[in-house]
Amino acid sequence: MPDVQSMVLEFVNKLRKRKIEGSQATARCTVELLRSVISHHRVPHANQASALIDAVKAVGGQLVAANPVELAVGNVVRRVLHIIREEDLSLATAAVAGLDLLDASDDDEDVNGKGIGYPAMSAAVVAAAARSTLRPPSLQTLLEGTPESATVPYTSSSGADSESKTADKSSITRKLKHDVIEGVNQLIHEIAGCHEQIAEQAVEHIHQNEVILTLGSSRTVLEFLCAAKEKKRSFRVFVAEGAPRYQGHLLAKELVARGLQTTVITDSAVFAMISRVNMVIIGAHAVMANGGVIGPVGVNMAALAAKKHAVPFVVLAGSHKLCPLYPHNPEVLLNELRSPSELLDFGEFSDCLDFGSGSGSPLLQVVNPTFDYVPPSLVSLFITDTGGHNPSYMYRLIADYYSADDLVM
Amino acid sequence: MGAQKKGGARVSDDSEEQSRQRLQAILLADSFTTKFRPVTLERPKVLLPLVNVPMIDYTLAWLESAGIEEVFVFCCAHSTQIIDYLETSEWRTHPNLVVRTIESHKSISAGDALRYIYEQQTETSQIQGDFVLVSGDTVSNMPLADLIQEHRERKKRDEKAIMTMVIKKSKPSLITHQSRLGTDQLFIAVDPLTKQLLHYEEDKVDHARGSVCLDKSLMESNPSVLLYNDMQDCYIDICSPEVLSLFEDNFDYQHLRRHFVKGVLVDDIMGYKIFTHEIGSSYAARVDNFRSYDTVSKDIIQRWTYPYVPDINFGGNRPVKLGRQGIYRACDVVQSRSAVVGASTVVGYGTKIGNGDRILNSVIGNGCSIGSNVVIEGSYIWNNVTIEDGCEIRNAIVCDGVRIRAGAVLEPGVVLSFKVVVGRDFVVPAYSKVSLLQQPMKEDSDEELEYADSSSGTADRLSGLSLEMESKGSELGPDGAGYIWEVCEGAHDEEWKHSVAPIPEDKLAEITQAMDDYDDMEDESVVPTSGELKSDADSINTDVNDPCDDYGYFEKEVEGTFLRAVEEGIKVELGVLEINSLRLSYNMESADCAGAIFYSMMKLAVDTPHSSASELYKTASSIIAKWKGLLGFYVKQTDEQIEVIMKFEEMCQETAKELGPLFAQILHVLYEKDVVQEDAIMRWAEEKAGADEADKVYLQQCETFIQWLKEASEEEDEDDDEEED
Repeated sequence: MPDVQSMVLEFVNKLRKRKIEGSQATARCTVELLRSVISHHRVPHANQASALIDAVKAVGGQLVAANPVELAVGNVVRRVLHIIREEDLSLATAAVAGLDLLDASDDDEDVNGKGIGYPAMSAAVVAAAARSTLRPPSLQTLLEGTPESATVPYTSSSGADSESKTADKSSITRKLKHDVIEGVNQLIHEIAGCHEQIAEQAVEHIHQNEVILTLGSSRTVLEFLCAAKEKKRSFRVFVAEGAPRYQGHLLAKELVARGLQTTVITDSAVFAMISRVNMVIIGAHAVMANGGVIGPVGVNMAALAAKKHAVPFVVLAGSHKLCPLYPHNPEVLLNELRSPSELLDFGEFSDCLDFGSGSGSPLLQVVNPTFDYVPPSLVSLFITDTGGHNPSYMYRLIADYYSADDLVM
Repeated sequence: MGAQKKGGARVSDDSEEQSRQRLQAILLADSFTTKFRPVTLERPKVLLPLVNVPMIDYTLAWLESAGIEEVFVFCCAHSTQIIDYLETSEWRTHPNLVVRTIESHKSISAGDALRYIYEQQTETSQIQGDFVLVSGDTVSNMPLADLIQEHRERKKRDEKAIMTMVIKKSKPSLITHQSRLGTDQLFIAVDPLTKQLLHYEEDKVDHARGSVCLDKSLMESNPSVLLYNDMQDCYIDICSPEVLSLFEDNFDYQHLRRHFVKGVLVDDIMGYKIFTHEIGSSYAARVDNFRSYDTVSKDIIQRWTYPYVPDINFGGNRPVKLGRQGIYRACDVVQSRSAVVGASTVVGYGTKIGNGDRILNSVIGNGCSIGSNVVIEGSYIWNNVTIEDGCEIRNAIVCDGVRIRAGAVLEPGVVLSFKVVVGRDFVVPAYSKVSLLQQPMKEDSDEELEYADSSSGTADRLSGLSLEMESKGSELGPDGAGYIWEVCEGAHDEEWKHSVAPIPEDKLAEITQAMDDYDDMEDESVVPTSGELKSDADSINTDVNDPCDDYGYFEKEVEGTFLRAVEEGIKVELGVLEINSLRLSYNMESADCAGAIFYSMMKLAVDTPHSSASELYKTASSIIAKWKGLLGFYVKQTDEQIEVIMKFEEMCQETAKELGPLFAQILHVLYEKDVVQEDAIMRWAEEKAGADEADKVYLQQCETFIQWLKEASEEEDEDDDEEED
């Protein structure tokens, strides 16, 4: 598929150049790309599910490698893989159920012990069909290398009702793909609607005359606060500006535009202000499997301050931010160091970066990390699109969303 | 279906794109200098690794992400290598960027390259509009789209705005320029409102003067002028197609800055204008010499060039992992537990680091193997280098395939070219450049090609060579291979300037001293270093060409001419012609000429070996006799003759004291040879009569002579006026 290929390349490029900002946008782009990969992928008759999984894995691998820091990409790829597996399984069980119901006598002839069956289907056809749809590529099929098309003429010659069977078979093929795309569409819908889902719960958490502290800029947090405002709650928001990128300024602007009482403070004033704050609400970059949070730089400081003053520390995260990996995994790249030019003016400091004199090693080092890690013990509550959860409950959610086979890609 | 919709949208986008101009760039994959020799004899500069990635990849990745859609890579030296590289790299299949190569073997300068492109242009018309002109060794992350837009809008308003030059703020101090990028200080004058470039000067020679010469008309035609000495030229230009045709019209333009920019600014060709654009937080620099190679590498490691840093895959490079303290390490590095890898270091794939090694501030390429107890500091080790036990490497560049045998030491500033072998326990002296290829006999000038011959046989010759070297030993110890390149005399002083090694303390002190002097001068004249100047303020140092100073130069020139005339036995008439032309070009009086010529003659006499005063007298009088025609041409007036005598007196007092005792005698000779006449001597005597005692020494010396002259003239007066001439 040259078309899909070029789309993938383009997206990989964008990821590499860090041109897509924010995990929600990245997640949406990723899932849309995967949908077109699936819909353009010509599914062979044999092992449809595994063929699809391979295709998605191949593309997913490229995407993850392009920007390993953006964990949402990997999450979405795993979600899509999970959908494929689920759909495949449900089709199979439906088929087995049908077989059990209508033609149980054929069951003993099925080589795999389970099969796919249709009314009035000969055992051989069932076996072939079973091989084609359900069985993962066994050593035998790999060795034989028999293309599935070879079995199709065989089936057509075997019985009088072969025509209806091939039609059925292609309908199965179409059905799997169709179901998967349906599932992916749901995922897209879910990602697109996560803000509303989370925002709906705002009234339960924000009360009258409260003071809320947030840090950096997050669309989820913005929607959350605005939803509470719309429900006639009156409260005040402190926004820590989030140096060095000062995204807090943007958030403050938006909040004021929506008519919220807003105060901008410096990041370093967080501890001074925390005693007046009723709740800290932040948006996460990613939520790890242990319930730890990766958020904008400075978040750990805010979380520690909240802990010290026993202020609830609430993290908002759409389900696409839920990462099935653990933060101590050496494979996971948790942070990214950006250009020092966000902190210092190069021209002004060029004499400090003078390598030609002295020992040749620069005395000035500038470290500009993008993210902070907050350990789960500091988090009071996660609010996802499925409701509020404890950090210790995260592993359970992960088991719902991902299959264990896909954790290592 | 969503995907199809998306596809449809893309098609319409494409048609929109067709209607607007494609963004194009010309990338010169040849620096047209010899600063990276001897390395560039075997591989083009743009393919040299900068923090383990070929330089051209940085430039292409930046151009691509800045929205450039088509790049023309102009290859000259080693063009096949560049084309092969681009063919196999992922740029060939890149969805957003089309890379085309243009090959020419005849071009020896940027000017030639652009002329070649212009010629091609007439056939194929590849370049449709404005284009970005960069060199293949540029590292930047600045956005270009806005800049190009700005250029286009300006072009719409003003047809004559043909170029926008990118500049970047730096520190004004001389030391920063020198030690960061190894470049000279840059003075530019800009109109603060329109950002038009009015003056451009790369201060090449004397910082001591601490002054800039600006054309007065600049002040007349512009309401205000902003002078900068703290800007750095990024060598990134947005050009209109007129630039190409300008190069075609002016076939002598070679260098982009020295000829083209100067030409447009000074000669005012068809009223074309150049504008500047200052970039703020983005990074832009050019790898021009070994010093800037070092600096830019360190800037990359310090992540100023983000996202073009080693841990991000930006164009075919394998990303390495970034650890604490800025240590970038590939995942399969084998490192001994006892080895120390210090801050700001990059270690590439498949490299082995042995026991007790110390690696600080360095870049190590892929597939290197480093023995035990090796010290590597501030160095650049490229790929597949073998370093045996106990070597010490400080501030050196070591190219691919080099083998450094046990115990060898590389002193600061050493450059080892490809596949050199350094012998056991050999110490490579500081700043030496070593190559398997012998140094070409005649040192090419700055403007010449990166390499001499374009034949592809280099590699073959090399392999033969190295075998031969192995057997008979070489300049690098008995088991080494390679020639140490001679540094020509003049360049020796400059060597420290452009090497990877830090500037030595004493040189640093020298520069600081020069800078202090410069500052003092600045204080005296109270010229703001960088400030707005109003045109009515006359205090600007428009022209500080001291006439005295000029005379000094003139005198030197005349002396040179005269000595040449003596050596080559040039005829008097020709000498007169030459000196006349000098006189005109320096705007001098003929009295000055007379003085200068006489000075040269006497100097020659003094410089000729002599044992006694009488011998000196003999030589002097013979020289006067021989060259009186030349001198006589300029001493027709009495004033000029007086000038000669004064000069003579001055010489006797100051520069050539040996002539002192002979003053009277030589004056007599001059009189006899009709060089000076009686009137002149008399008037000189009269003038001197009023002077104080110290000045009268020579007057007293010729007392008798003058007396004799007076008597003679009285006699003459008594006789008739017959003998006058």
